[in-house]
Amino acid sequence: MSDKNALVPSSDRHSALDLGGSTKDFVTATIGKQMFGIPVLTVQDVLGPQRITRIPLAPPEVAGSLNLRGRIVTAIDVRKRLGLRNKEVEDPGMSIVVDQGGELYSLMVDQVGEVLSVPQNAFERNPATLDPRWREFSDGIFRLEKNLLVILDVTRLLDFAGSVKQAG
Amino acid sequence: MDDLLSEFLTETSESLSTLDVELVKLEQNPNDPDILSNIFRLVHTIKGTCGFLGLPRLEAVAHAGENVLGKIRDGELIVTPDAVTLVLESIDTIKYLLSELETNETEPEGNDADLIARLNHFADTGTLPAAGAAMPKAAASTPPPRPEIFLSPETEPEVTPEPEPEPEEPKAPAAAAKPPSAPKSQAVQAAAPAQDAGAKADPHARNEAKESTVAAQTIRVNVELLENLMTLVSELVLTRNQLLQMVRGKDDSEFTVPLQRLSHITTDLQEGVMKTRMQPIGNAWAKLPRIVRDLALEMGKKIDLQMIGADTELDRQVLELIKDPLTHMVRNSADHGLEDIQGRRDVGKPETGTVTLNAYHEGGHIIIEISDDGRGLNVPRIKEKALANGIVSEGELESMSDQQIHQFIFKAGFSTAEKVTSVSGRGVGMDVVRTNIEKIGGTVELKSVEGRGSTFIIKIPLTLAIVSALIVESGGERFAIPQISVLELVRASSNSEHSIERIHDTPVLRLRNRLLPLVTLKKILGLDEAAESDVDEEAFIVVAQVGTYSFGIIVDRVFDTEEIVVKPVAPILRDLSLFSGNTILGDGSVIMILDPNGIATRTGEITVGGQQGVESKAKSESTDRETTSMLVFRAGGNEVRAVPLALVARLEEIDVESIEYSNGRPLVQYRGKLMPLVFIDGAYQMKSEGRQPTLVFQDRERTMGLVVDEIVDIVDDVLNVELTADRDGLVGSAVVDGKATDLIDAGYYLELAFSDWFGKEEATGEKKKVLLVDDSPFFRNLLTPMLSVSGFKVTSVESAEQAIELKNNGATFDAIISDIEMPGMNGFEFAESLQNDEAWGEVPIIALSSHTSEEDFERGRRAGFSDYVAKFDRDALVSTLIQTLAAV
Repeated sequence: MSDKNALVPSSDRHSALDLGGSTKDFVTATIGKQMFGIPVLTVQDVLGPQRITRIPLAPPEVAGSLNLRGRIVTAIDVRKRLGLRNKEVEDPGMSIVVDQGGELYSLMVDQVGEVLSVPQNAFERNPATLDPRWREFSDGIFRLEKNLLVILDVTRLLDFAGSVKQAG
Repeated sequence: MDDLLSEFLTETSESLSTLDVELVKLEQNPNDPDILSNIFRLVHTIKGTCGFLGLPRLEAVAHAGENVLGKIRDGELIVTPDAVTLVLESIDTIKYLLSELETNETEPEGNDADLIARLNHFADTGTLPAAGAAMPKAAASTPPPRPEIFLSPETEPEVTPEPEPEPEEPKAPAAAAKPPSAPKSQAVQAAAPAQDAGAKADPHARNEAKESTVAAQTIRVNVELLENLMTLVSELVLTRNQLLQMVRGKDDSEFTVPLQRLSHITTDLQEGVMKTRMQPIGNAWAKLPRIVRDLALEMGKKIDLQMIGADTELDRQVLELIKDPLTHMVRNSADHGLEDIQGRRDVGKPETGTVTLNAYHEGGHIIIEISDDGRGLNVPRIKEKALANGIVSEGELESMSDQQIHQFIFKAGFSTAEKVTSVSGRGVGMDVVRTNIEKIGGTVELKSVEGRGSTFIIKIPLTLAIVSALIVESGGERFAIPQISVLELVRASSNSEHSIERIHDTPVLRLRNRLLPLVTLKKILGLDEAAESDVDEEAFIVVAQVGTYSFGIIVDRVFDTEEIVVKPVAPILRDLSLFSGNTILGDGSVIMILDPNGIATRTGEITVGGQQGVESKAKSESTDRETTSMLVFRAGGNEVRAVPLALVARLEEIDVESIEYSNGRPLVQYRGKLMPLVFIDGAYQMKSEGRQPTLVFQDRERTMGLVVDEIVDIVDDVLNVELTADRDGLVGSAVVDGKATDLIDAGYYLELAFSDWFGKEEATGEKKKVLLVDDSPFFRNLLTPMLSVSGFKVTSVESAEQAIELKNNGATFDAIISDIEMPGMNGFEFAESLQNDEAWGEVPIIALSSHTSEEDFERGRRAGFSDYVAKFDRDALVSTLIQTLAAV
């Protein structure tokens, strides 16, 4: 019983090998040096640099809107949303398009990486010491070999009304 | 055909098809309560609708059928083939009646007593009466007496390929009118093989054969499908626009021709799909007659509802959205607007009040007018209520025109109904109406004349899906402004006739004699971070109108108008009230659509419209500080001169070459007459060539032109003559638009032109003596020469007291013209004091005032004035004077 395996539910035990059941797939993105993951099923598209129309009076995190094959997509500057400083080098960056309640949003990040399958057992909850803002948008952390993958909670990330309430 | 009836036919024939199937199912599963209640419901609906439409024969049959079904449902009868046959028979009768209805629009003669009796008998006893017992074993037999015979025969689908296969011959005379009906023999032949076809296939086949022609011409399509189609077409339009933009400028492109074709087809397709969504507005009105009728009964009124233009079509989405506001407004008109019978009699109107609905197309919009000939809005009560609700202060009310006060009814919680009736007066109403209409990009306007009724004018776009919008640029971004709210475009620059002026940094624009408040788009959108580039050397102004409030939006550039597909903005942006949506332009870029309502709200003008300009006349009448429209011009020298605009008949430009001279005096041929030209002073030099601006003054049939250098502006300002001039031709000087300005004496020039030209008006007969009482030197100076020119001998005094002094000194006059507002004794008091006077009691007094409302009129009459003339209405004054004198 004191076997360390007992700490992990049996189904998760061989997760590293069992790709079908107990791994999760994330589209990875980097902002600055941090790696983020977005559940693969919520992702619609990955875009290169786009022409973005500014929206006056919109929250600063809203970068504007763009035309994705005839649909209007609202672009969110994730960097700003996470309270990070602006990029030092002007770089067009990339975007991950997600569907939220039938509306499309384009999450602007620095780079979009590969799709990773990560084992469930590498999951950690947010450290209590994490920046409150990040804690709000993070669903948890996956320990990867070289670095840590912060899972973005897209719903919260796009819930502007909610976060305003919290802030106020 | 009546829309209601055709809708009923379509719907009922659909129900009947379902019924046929359901009844057969019931026969097979006699104990299924679901099927039974479904059947019952269908028959019940048919019965109900018949009753509503006033179709007694149909209703009777349906009722009897429903009875039987009711008994079965309640378990009092059991489902037997006989029962089903009987019910089917009643349904066949219903079908027969419906087909008659379809061709003749009325129920056929005769009745169905026999069938009903059998149905009732069955309902009572659960058995078929003897007469009917001979009849059916299966549905395929031939029931004897009624024309339903024809219903049973055709069974096999194969026998129904003829266009109109219903063998209608057995039917009454109406059948003969149906041209392509199949020959009788054929039908009978068809009937023969059908005999053994069995009852099972029967109902369905019959259903096919009896398909109503109305139903066959229309199909019901899920609205969602249409919406999807519309979206697809919208996308197609956008893609087409994109393609067009790419090919534009490349003349020799091989794509040009096919693209053009694609473009045409797309346009046709767009129109076609739009049409599928179009419905006559009458659909939204269908319920109104009933509502109005009930209301009339309840309120004890007689109301005639007139509906004009019911076939005007508009997008069904729009239709749905305006249905409720419209109903509400009609109710309002009938309830609040119209007086009751007694009330109407008292004011001498016909007992029957009229509510008129009028719909028509106008430039891509639909206009719906709802008017009544009732009492109109009660301004004092609205004022009271507005004060009580704390919407305005008393001071603000004072300076408001009736038009502005009317707008209060669009405020939330505003109802002036004395009592809450079941129909209206609950204070939720017009504000909701307005909000709903504005939601779909429409506007509501209101006109009301007390005692004569009110008219609401609703202007809504034809469709919500595609709107025409003006594309503008501000702060480097492009925006779309819906064309519906754009009145005009003005290009302003510092050296053109339109320039932006500032009142304490608030930009305004003079536009046709009124001040237009301006908003800078850059600023309200927060795009102006760059710098205080507030010079606005050159700007475009989009004049927009929201309700009765118009304002200008300053933008950097104006592009084209474009048909855009309005898409809602993402939920996280919904609270941005300045945008009503966004769209994709032809070049593929996303662009925000501005909401003029939101901008108007932003600029502080919330719902009370008409503040500015629109009602400038009302404004000048209602404000204490009377403003006068002055025409400012230059003539001879740099100083500006002004003359009251009301005195100027026209502004003309005269070609210098057309000036002729007679007896050394210049004149031109003008409108078939000779018009003498005068100059501001003797030293004035005309241009040697080109065109010379001229102010045309008219005095009855005589016209005179005053040659000037330049017409500078038209200014509305409080006229305050500060320096009285001793120079001929000048009334004095005043500050007009912030500059010292010489006011010219139009009378002087008239005299100058005509005394020399036509010779002095030698007193042919006695000149009528007129006393002018006015405290304003300006008016005395203005009117005295003018009246003199018109042939009166004028004495002017500056107060009523002076006038009475004249009277006491024994002076006599033929008429008195008196101002109303004067220090000391005012005009009313003056008139009253003269009313029973021995010396002047009979002398007619004409009131001269800028207050020309009905009440003022009334008050004037009571005080003893014989007439009332607006201060600047020169012609009216002279003609009134002549009439009054003639009457004495």
